[in-house]
Amino acid sequence: MNSQGMLAVLQCMLTRDLLLAIRRLSDVLTTLFFFVIVVSLFPLGIGADMDTLRAIAPGVVWVAALLASMLALGRLFNEDFADGTLEQLILTPQPLALLVVSKVTAHWLVTGLPLVLIAPLLGLQYDLPADALWILVLSLLMGTPVLSLIGAIGAALTLGLRGGGVLISLLVLPLYVPVLIFGAGVVDAGISGLDTQAHFWLLSAFLVLALAFSPLATAAALRISIE
Amino acid sequence: MVINWFKYSSPASFYPLADRSIPWFMGTAIVLTVIGLYCSFFTTPDVLQDQKEYYRIIFIHVPAAWMSMWLYVVMAVWAGIGLVFNTRLSFMMATALAPTGAVFTFLALWTGSFWGRTSWGTWWDWDPRLTFELILLFLFIGYMALHAAIDDSRRADRASALLALVGVFCIPIIYYSVQCPDPNSLNCRALHQTSSLRSIESSILTSMMIMTLAYWMYSFAAVLMRLRSLILEREKGSEWVSELFGRMK
Repeated sequence: MNSQGMLAVLQCMLTRDLLLAIRRLSDVLTTLFFFVIVVSLFPLGIGADMDTLRAIAPGVVWVAALLASMLALGRLFNEDFADGTLEQLILTPQPLALLVVSKVTAHWLVTGLPLVLIAPLLGLQYDLPADALWILVLSLLMGTPVLSLIGAIGAALTLGLRGGGVLISLLVLPLYVPVLIFGAGVVDAGISGLDTQAHFWLLSAFLVLALAFSPLATAAALRISIE
Repeated sequence: MVINWFKYSSPASFYPLADRSIPWFMGTAIVLTVIGLYCSFFTTPDVLQDQKEYYRIIFIHVPAAWMSMWLYVVMAVWAGIGLVFNTRLSFMMATALAPTGAVFTFLALWTGSFWGRTSWGTWWDWDPRLTFELILLFLFIGYMALHAAIDDSRRADRASALLALVGVFCIPIIYYSVQCPDPNSLNCRALHQTSSLRSIESSILTSMMIMTLAYWMYSFAAVLMRLRSLILEREKGSEWVSELFGRMK
């Protein structure tokens, strides 16, 4: 399989999934609006004291991103599983991990990237200073792909099971915790004026590790779930 | 001498072995627990550094935490062996280990929070070791939940085995999270400090080791008992099970 062939496969799957997503834009938008609504709920529940809100902003935005990411996982494999396409994808001679990478990329572009793009607006709701907003966007940019990649493992393991969304949250949220700690931590550090480099290095390490290993785990999980 | 590594890998051949060894493990566990508790209360000094009598909870807390990490690793190893060799008994062993592991994790967290209340003033603190021990509890529960949610036993076994393997990253985090290069720096403040096992008094260390061994023997007994039931449940249609219970009538 030469590299041009691999890229062609990636591109083919990516185009297919993006096209399918565009035809069902409501799926995309519901995730985005869930994110916005959850972030807006906290000030309503906690009270509008700006100092408190500024202090809790990184955590709230990150937890909402986690929850939105997790809820969107249902659309990663379920439709393809339901109509039999997933089985065919597993049977192709292309490496399943490669197909998984392109599916997860499409999924992230459609559900994760919108969260990153709208985060500055939500940060303004919490009165975050401008440089903290940049750090928030960058941390979400590095973190949401990891959430999609790790979530893909959970989605593949729970294909077609009853108990659906709640079961996947039980499996996937503990694995999300390191990303949450460093993602929210980097914004906190930025606000306090501390050095953010270490956090960013760790977040990028998570991204690289997730990119390297989670497609393999997801492919194994898909094979286990389909057979 | 050729070792047959797969001699006990069938449920039928392992069942009698488990059956015979459970009373020994349970008996040893009870004896060691009694000795360990006696040592914890009577042969160890009354104070540890600046903590008074309540430091004695260390004899329950630390061995439970060690067992929780060890049992997770053992569960992951059996899960891996099952995935590689496709032996269903390995999967059954991993499934049998999960509840005992969860119990020890809960015990570590529970006794730890009592110890925290008395010596640090707080029931809970989000330092790395505590947080990841809690994550470990969620991993055990996630394993059991996934296994219970899938009806087909083969798919359930393999899916939860994969989950167990993915979660192994947690253990080094718990273990190494207290090795801070500079405990005074802002990034590294944690209530659990670096392991002081080397510098601890020998009577305390002996007591902890006896309790650890007691817990380990108990784990063997509890896990094998659970495994015994799992084997009977899974293999109930087979001939050796009917013979076993036919003879008992």
